Amino acid sequence: MKLYCLSGHPTLPCNVLKFKSTTIMLDCGLDMTSTLNFLPLPLVQSPRLSKLPGWILKDGSTFLDKELKECSGHVFVDSVPEFCLPETELLDLSTVDVILISNYHCMMALPYITEYTGFTGTVYATEPTVQIGRLLMEELVNSIERVPKAQSASMWKNKEVQRLLPAPLKDAVEVSMWRKCYTMPEVNAALSKIQMVGYSQKIELFGAVQVTPLSSGYALGSSNWIIQSHYEKVSYVSGSSLLTTHPQPMDQASLKNSDVLILTGLTQIPTANPDGMVGEFCSNLAMTVRNGGNVLVPCYPSGVIYDLLECLYQYIDSAGLSNVPFYFISPVANSSLEFSQIFAEWLCHNKQTKVYLPEPPFPHAELIQTNKLKHYPSIHGDFSNDFKQPCVVFTGHPSLRFGDVVHFMELWGKSSLNTVIFTEPDFSYLDALAPYQPLAMKCVYCPIDTRLNFIQVSKLLKEVQPLHVVCPEQYTQPPPTQSHRTDLMIDCQPPPMSYRRAEVLTLPYKRRYEKIEITPELADSLVPLEIKPGISLATVSAVLHTKDNKHVLQLPPKPPQAAASKKRKRVSDDVPECRALRPLLSGSIPVEQFVQTLEKHGFSDVKVEDTAKGHIVLLQEAETLIQLEEDSTHIICDNDEPLRVKLRDLVLKFLQKF
Amino acid sequence: MSRECGLLLPRVCAALAGPRPPAAADTCLQKLLDWLGELSEAEPGLKLLQDNPCLAELLAAVLALPEPGAGLLSFALRLAGLLAASESAFQHLQQEQLLARLFGEAGPRAGAAWADAAVRGAWLDGARSMALHEPALRLLCAHGALDVIFTLQGDPSLFVASAARRLLVHTLSFSLEYEMPKAPGTRVCYWPPCAQVIVKHIEDSLQSSSVSHVKQSLKLLAGLFGSCHAPWTEVLWSGIAKQVQSFLTEESVQAPHLLADLLLNMSRSPVFCEPESSFWPLVTSALEHLTPVQAGPLAVGILRLHKCPQDVRIQAVTVLLQPMDCILRAASQPLEYSGLLDESVTDPATVESLLSSKSSCASLLCQTLGHLEELLSLSHLPVDLPGTSLLRSVMTILRFCNGLLIPTSPLGSKISQTLIGCFRVQRSALDVLAVLSEQKGCDVPVESLFDILLSYLESPNTNPMVLKKSFQATSKWLVCLPEMSCFSSQWQIKKILQDVFLVLQKRLCSPCWEVRDSSLEFLTVLINGLRDHDEFRQTLLSSEVPRLTEDLLGDPESYVRASAVTAAGHLILVTYVAPESPVTGNQYNKENTVAKLQEILSRDPEGFPRRAVINIFIKWLRKGYTSLLQDTEQFVSEVIQTAERDLDWEVRLGGLELVEVFFVQTFCRCGRPKCPYAPFSPEFTSSVCHNESLQVFCRAKLFGFLFRSLCDCDRPVGQKACDILLAIRSSFYPSNSLKDSQDPEEVGHGIAWLQRTLRQGSLAQTFPAGSSHEVDFQDPESMLLALGTIDLEELHDDLNKSSDHVEKSPQSLLQDILAAVGAAEDNEADCY
Repeated sequence: MKLYCLSGHPTLPCNVLKFKSTTIMLDCGLDMTSTLNFLPLPLVQSPRLSKLPGWILKDGSTFLDKELKECSGHVFVDSVPEFCLPETELLDLSTVDVILISNYHCMMALPYITEYTGFTGTVYATEPTVQIGRLLMEELVNSIERVPKAQSASMWKNKEVQRLLPAPLKDAVEVSMWRKCYTMPEVNAALSKIQMVGYSQKIELFGAVQVTPLSSGYALGSSNWIIQSHYEKVSYVSGSSLLTTHPQPMDQASLKNSDVLILTGLTQIPTANPDGMVGEFCSNLAMTVRNGGNVLVPCYPSGVIYDLLECLYQYIDSAGLSNVPFYFISPVANSSLEFSQIFAEWLCHNKQTKVYLPEPPFPHAELIQTNKLKHYPSIHGDFSNDFKQPCVVFTGHPSLRFGDVVHFMELWGKSSLNTVIFTEPDFSYLDALAPYQPLAMKCVYCPIDTRLNFIQVSKLLKEVQPLHVVCPEQYTQPPPTQSHRTDLMIDCQPPPMSYRRAEVLTLPYKRRYEKIEITPELADSLVPLEIKPGISLATVSAVLHTKDNKHVLQLPPKPPQAAASKKRKRVSDDVPECRALRPLLSGSIPVEQFVQTLEKHGFSDVKVEDTAKGHIVLLQEAETLIQLEEDSTHIICDNDEPLRVKLRDLVLKFLQKF
Repeated sequence: MSRECGLLLPRVCAALAGPRPPAAADTCLQKLLDWLGELSEAEPGLKLLQDNPCLAELLAAVLALPEPGAGLLSFALRLAGLLAASESAFQHLQQEQLLARLFGEAGPRAGAAWADAAVRGAWLDGARSMALHEPALRLLCAHGALDVIFTLQGDPSLFVASAARRLLVHTLSFSLEYEMPKAPGTRVCYWPPCAQVIVKHIEDSLQSSSVSHVKQSLKLLAGLFGSCHAPWTEVLWSGIAKQVQSFLTEESVQAPHLLADLLLNMSRSPVFCEPESSFWPLVTSALEHLTPVQAGPLAVGILRLHKCPQDVRIQAVTVLLQPMDCILRAASQPLEYSGLLDESVTDPATVESLLSSKSSCASLLCQTLGHLEELLSLSHLPVDLPGTSLLRSVMTILRFCNGLLIPTSPLGSKISQTLIGCFRVQRSALDVLAVLSEQKGCDVPVESLFDILLSYLESPNTNPMVLKKSFQATSKWLVCLPEMSCFSSQWQIKKILQDVFLVLQKRLCSPCWEVRDSSLEFLTVLINGLRDHDEFRQTLLSSEVPRLTEDLLGDPESYVRASAVTAAGHLILVTYVAPESPVTGNQYNKENTVAKLQEILSRDPEGFPRRAVINIFIKWLRKGYTSLLQDTEQFVSEVIQTAERDLDWEVRLGGLELVEVFFVQTFCRCGRPKCPYAPFSPEFTSSVCHNESLQVFCRAKLFGFLFRSLCDCDRPVGQKACDILLAIRSSFYPSNSLKDSQDPEEVGHGIAWLQRTLRQGSLAQTFPAGSSHEVDFQDPESMLLALGTIDLEELHDDLNKSSDHVEKSPQSLLQDILAAVGAAEDNEADCY
């Protein structure tokens, strides 16, 4: 059992598990933090960005000034943003049989895998994962494609050149793996390979293993996966949550008795409690709006935004914000808000019951009805007519490098009345803000990450009790900035096995059993013999038939009729030759009784020596040795076959035959 | 006993022991017992028995029943004990051997009802009430009662077990004090036999191998030494001291909490408190041998004693300070702040191991912090606790708890791992921190202290309860900040205040109503404490806080509105104290606020905000901030008219309090002393002042409100109105000038009707509007007449009677019991 680790990002995993005869890819997350090294893509011509000076090397060389621009002491690549792909060299990805997706954030690299590697297998994911994943991909492609950039920078990636660059470009890893965004046809092709599954649905893979998605409580349709054979069980836990938010609660019980538990996707901000952060978000939003400022919330079009809108729905009246417009701008805003209302079966119990009333499960429907929340595909068009300030805008992308958010950063960045509130934990907010510096706008960091924290993990592991835990190396040590927080790491016994990008782990679990069926006819022919009370044995002579990873013992073919036909004797490939059966022996030889028997049969000079493994019986006169050991008996005599046969028969008297 | 009761009692007794005992609730029987108990205290028991032979008959009848119910039997046992408390009554009952039959071997002890814990408890209670004289004691001893009581100490019912212990304590002390009143022998063998049996039992149990027996004895001894401080207790102690001491030196101490209890009770007894008493080394040994968790309560008790040897006190302090000391050391504080304790006096190994264990760390710290808070809150603590070091230690705990501290020692890392995010410890530590603000002479590291407090106030992870505690601690420290000699720099204070208001601002916008509520309470406390401080006023008024507070007057949560009302009411006082405050751009509009508060009083659908408004108005008027209000008379008049219509009686009561304050102040302006009972000068009674005040009250429509309130359906309102009217009357009619109540027919129009209405006691009746008897409550003459005519004293007495005074009477009780019998019969008839 091997695990190939293709991604170093603990919350955007991409691992390949070789288990029995199958090759299973677990998630294919796309690390988008690489985009932070690029200049933002403004929707409207930005004089500020276009006037940024080119970067000049210390020695005055200017050959990079077209590719790299300098802004407030930071250097950015002036090109279409690129993403860091999972490793593609570690193993031949065309051999991957299936890809299991755990949630919509962890499938963003899917087109790169399915369309570029020769992948011919199937992808399994739940329906909300597919639909919302599609929305995220659509938004991503749309945001990048609608701001075409003529230039594509590649010189800086040269290793020699990269060494000369300032941090963080200098330290950027795997730059040769960075790729431009995929296109919509590629997205569609990739999504067409997905087969939709439901929670607890059992999917057979080539008869060798069975995979089952379980609710993970993190997002709509998010799942953990069980991969099991008859005697082994591997659990893949990725992005799970125990908090009561909108999705169905996490199914913990089914994870019990795992031999190996692969644990990824824990909270990225273990020190921030989501409830407190929501409070912080609301307080800062209210304070800004009360002072006449605007609030910008860079976010994904699905996920935490549903909870935030629900929270605001309850809060706006108490905070006197009833007249403040809330705008949600995304090419997929409408679909996202509507999809959330139709996936009732994937929601938590409270929301499910609403559907039967019937009421929309999420209160944002009411916000839309009462015109408090308005959604637009982009800043162009209707939005510019309706736009009123002060207001609250939810828009993407959280990296602040593309999407409508770039426009609002440029628009509101100069006033200290406005506030940008970061709620998505995927990007460092300081890095995200770097190309907008100097910035007068207030910045508030309220990362809301509902995924498991370390206390919850430790409770989960105590409850689930896996034999082995495998996790990214980041979870086995305190965060680098808080090295004293030993509470912020996985604490379990035995200690977890850790992995890092491009590493191949041999999982510590050895397969010991395989299930084999026998046909009824063969079973009928068996004659069990009770050798101890409750234990019966039978010898089996059969043909082992293996097909589709299923093993069956069948009756051996009848012996070929001797010379019945005149045809040439055909050598059969599939029918093995059956030899005559010899009886099997069992039991042990009591030395004293054996000696007595020998004496009775005329061997007078019997001598017994004890050895480490048993006894040696010496017949001095006959120059013969009988070695009695636990699992073997040897009679050593010099070319005296009658003596050997006589002694053998004496030995056999003490043994059972069947 | 009234005649009616005397007639009813025999019927009740007969009914109780009759063939159909009433299914009266146990509470009825208990009430009957209470009443009979009162009677037996008021008159000699013998007389009660002789006057009411039915009582003894009842006991006999119960004994004669083949299977009396547990309720009835318990009642009989208690009643018998109660009646037999006097020796003569005892003898009277014993003429028929009633007591011997009830408390002896053949009585309920042998019956099936004994399985009921209520019966066993009643038997013990009865015996306890009876055992006040020698014959009763003899009776008990003669019938093997002591053995029963010994057994009952281990009863599965805790009530029974505890009653058994109390009875043993009583029996022992009574037998010694009754039979050897002067000088009980210095050796147990000279003691009365009954006492000897008990002492022997205690000694045997202590030496027993059964843990439960040892525990029972320790509990018994703790009770004995706790309640009995006679010199003979020393004799008893001398016999068992060694055994008790041996418990402490065992490897694992048995029943440590009981031992600590016993020693604590003994330490409070004057018999043992002499410094040279051999008892103290035992306490020291206990403090050393018990674990810190077990020894904690003992240490606190010792430290509260005013008479105690110094070395024991030091040992007790050590127990409490050790965990705090360990915290300081584990955090590797700079060497300049050494630990709390000298290393030579303490072996920190036990505490360190407790602190490094996940399961015990938080509970040990919470317990220690709880004890320290208790001690620090005492006004006269006989020992000096090292305030500064404690403060540092508490601050260290708080920094551990929010993960701010980077420990370098292995113990520190373990503690840090356990404490991060531990709300329980945070709460306890913040409580101690708050109390420490009152300690004088602390060398306070103010800046780091406020850094910690602000980090708790700011952190979104702070739990609402911890936030509340943080607010409390912050307000306490802020209020004493200007007085601190070590911290006089104005700009530092200003900086801290600015930071605090910034956080407060955010918290006032919290989506969690509890947080908004605690934030407003915090603001009110700050204003109360720092109102006169210039820096505070300036910083407050230049922040967003006043505007946000005003916004919160419209909060959807009523508790928050109520707190906002209180805070806004106090905020006005800040501008009142310093109207010249140089506040720009954020002028707090007081007229607007007053109008808003009046609006809340008349419109708010919930009671809390309305109560808060009326309380604020009372406060303003009482403190004399009348210039806030353009016309006080007009204001009071408007407020009481609104309050009178309020459905919440507390608001109406608040309205009356406002009237009371207004009344006192109006008289004060005329030169009358504030205290209504003070003798007033002759000038005051001048008619000018009279007339003026009377006219003011009439114009403000106070009398209508007061008289109508007399008929309020809620008694406290009526009482208050009556009290105020009495006070007003005493101002207008000096006590000797009041004539006897006039004939109603003689008094003016309407007043007679008013008097009749009030006299009829139909207090729930409202005054009919527009009737022909209408009283002109705004006419000064009519009102003066009404005050002089109406018998307010009688009304006062009526109002003071609780509404159930009729139902509570013994007669009613007896009737109830009889009615229950009747009801049972009726029900039976219904069945056919």
